[in-house]
Amino acid sequence: MAEIKKADLPPGYQGEGFYATKFDSIIGLARANSLWPLPFATSCCGIEFMATMASNYDLGRFGMERLSFSPRQSDVLMVMGTIAKKMGPILKQVYIQMAEPKWVIAVGACATSGGFFDTYSVLQGIDKVIPVDVYVPGCPPRPEQILDGVMLIQELAKNESGRRRYSEQYKDLLAQYNIQ
Amino acid sequence: MSVDKWQNFSPDPTEEFDSIQGTLATLNLGPTHPATHGIFQNVLKMDGEKIYHSEQTIGYIHRAFEKLAERRPFNQITPITDRMNYCSAPINNIGWVLAVEKLAGIKTTKRIDYMRVIIMELARISDHLICNSIIGADTGALTGFTYIFQMRELIYELYEEVCGSRLTTNISRIGGFERDFTPEFHRKLKIWIDKFPTWHSELAILLERNRIFMDRTMYVGAITGPRALAYGFTGPNLRAAGVDYDVRVFSPYSSYEDFDFSIPVGQNGDTYDRFMVRQEEMLQSFQIIKQAYANLPEGSHHVDVPGYYLPEKEEVYRSMEALIWHFKIVMGETPIPKGEVYSAVEGGNGELGFYLVSDGGRTPYRLHFRRPCFIFYQAFPEMIKGGMLSDAILTMSSMNVIAGELDA
Amino acid sequence: MTEAADKTLDLIKTKYPEIEWLFDYSYDMLSVECPTAHIAELLEFLRDDPEAGFTFLTDLCGIHIPGHVNKELGVIYHLHNMQRNERLRVKTFFSIAHPRVHTMTHLWPAANWMERETYDFFGVEFVGHPDLRRILNVDDMDYFPLRKQYPLEDGTRTDKEDEFFGR
Repeated sequence: MAEIKKADLPPGYQGEGFYATKFDSIIGLARANSLWPLPFATSCCGIEFMATMASNYDLGRFGMERLSFSPRQSDVLMVMGTIAKKMGPILKQVYIQMAEPKWVIAVGACATSGGFFDTYSVLQGIDKVIPVDVYVPGCPPRPEQILDGVMLIQELAKNESGRRRYSEQYKDLLAQYNIQ
Repeated sequence: MSVDKWQNFSPDPTEEFDSIQGTLATLNLGPTHPATHGIFQNVLKMDGEKIYHSEQTIGYIHRAFEKLAERRPFNQITPITDRMNYCSAPINNIGWVLAVEKLAGIKTTKRIDYMRVIIMELARISDHLICNSIIGADTGALTGFTYIFQMRELIYELYEEVCGSRLTTNISRIGGFERDFTPEFHRKLKIWIDKFPTWHSELAILLERNRIFMDRTMYVGAITGPRALAYGFTGPNLRAAGVDYDVRVFSPYSSYEDFDFSIPVGQNGDTYDRFMVRQEEMLQSFQIIKQAYANLPEGSHHVDVPGYYLPEKEEVYRSMEALIWHFKIVMGETPIPKGEVYSAVEGGNGELGFYLVSDGGRTPYRLHFRRPCFIFYQAFPEMIKGGMLSDAILTMSSMNVIAGELDA
Repeated sequence: MTEAADKTLDLIKTKYPEIEWLFDYSYDMLSVECPTAHIAELLEFLRDDPEAGFTFLTDLCGIHIPGHVNKELGVIYHLHNMQRNERLRVKTFFSIAHPRVHTMTHLWPAANWMERETYDFFGVEFVGHPDLRRILNVDDMDYFPLRKQYPLEDGTRTDKEDEFFGR
């Protein structure tokens, strides 16, 4: 019988039949284990993502079974592959259409920094157009690395304040990218 | 051909359709869409579900390979070729290395040829597996996709034994391979040869005679042989239309003439034929791998071309010539003669050609990739005209359009 | 030179005896250089004539050679006769000041996007092309990137030292 790992209880006050803790912790715990990714797969890293989704490296066990191609219904924007300058505005549009809370993971060297392609037509890193939370280096990264990046996003989702979107720091960050 | 047999196909691309209400709806099958074959845009003009006109916009992943190649020495271009058709990267790598060897006049031994054939056929099987399982997934049969990826994981492990990488392999060097097949590779290849027929038949049983699959794919997105030739089709898409053109048979390279295999050819050029041609091609590739592995001659994994192939590290530390060759090759000073060559291999999607113009310098003067996806995707509007939207999705996935090869 | 290539060259020479044909046979392929004014006629002849039979257009690409005065830009066609399994390369060069060639889309629909790509990269105008606009680069790009005078990088990176990255 396999050992089932249970999630740790967030810090709180326990009593007879009740458990008092912050909303943020419980909601963070729920969010972290049921993120819905938007696989923005453009090139080779997309194939490694397909391998991550498949049965050998199963992304489903992290709660990311349901891929959503609609930005309105997804939490994590996984940008996998090279983003050309022609694609930049479209990526920004997809990011703007996503509802809060949202996280961005840049998978692969091309999404992180333009990677291998230091050319006139490739955007040198998606953080030129949208804010990025986690960078996964590699060309292409192994599925284990992608899963590592996903687990970092889970840590972020678990520990983040529910009112992040209203904080000054976040608004400043978005203003840097001209996103309202 | 009569319209009643081809209920979804209009042979004359200039034929006008009258719409009932006089207005057509525009649908943007935009760059990001779930048929995750890559990013290219189709703007469709439709009346209800029927498509009357479509326009493509590509270039969303244009990475300027041809300009990049003018900057890089010849042995540093192999990683670029990886990223064209990334589902079968070894074929691109070996195709490029063959083009350089043709220009430089390097002849390889039978052992190296057979090793290359094994790797290339594994890559072809890997490419066709993705394509066929995605066709299944697009009709709704998601199981085939998850099952077949286990087979691809085994192929990835085989690549790792040879070159260390799973997907973007950078396999093969000018004059041979970077290392010989390890004993672990032999062990894993034997296991793979054992397992492949069962896995392949699982996918076959799931989809080949499946009533729903056949109804969805027969007579959908068809193109005739002459029209396909005019559009520059090559590869499985052309063979599904009835023309038996395969570069491995017409201009054999890397000792393909030693092997006994047949070329599957379809009849109608529709989606079902493309699926079946790929299924059968996988079995033929499997035969080639078995023959090559059974008859693999003894020998070294590289020919003796010190100016192009990196010497062994022990030699570099001991001998002066080896040190100089090592330095020159790493700095890119390989003696490639002046001239131009066109060399083609049978890629996963068709004739992958390399037109290389060299002026005797470190880097190519001009390198042009003849990318099959770019050329046959032009026929897409004609293939989907008059059909339904879901048929257009299936046609697109059955043509195996890979964005990396489309835009380069 | 093989017999088949010899025959093809003779065929071309008899059809156009007034032109001084520059040709080369290397790496199993005959290359012929054609003056730009006659290229459309020549390719139509090569496609339709039963003796020539080059019915398949394998490839169409451009090239920029700054050294050749008045012949800086070129378009290179690769043809294939599938019956005889013979390949042929036809080249045509023209000045960069007037980069105009007749389109081949009426002969092969495959030439459509290949000509758009050549226009996008080199600025070659194909006379008679149904829809000549950029295909791979952004639409508002104002230069032709594969010409030799333009750099590979876009120049906006601040974190890479030019001398270390070979720029």
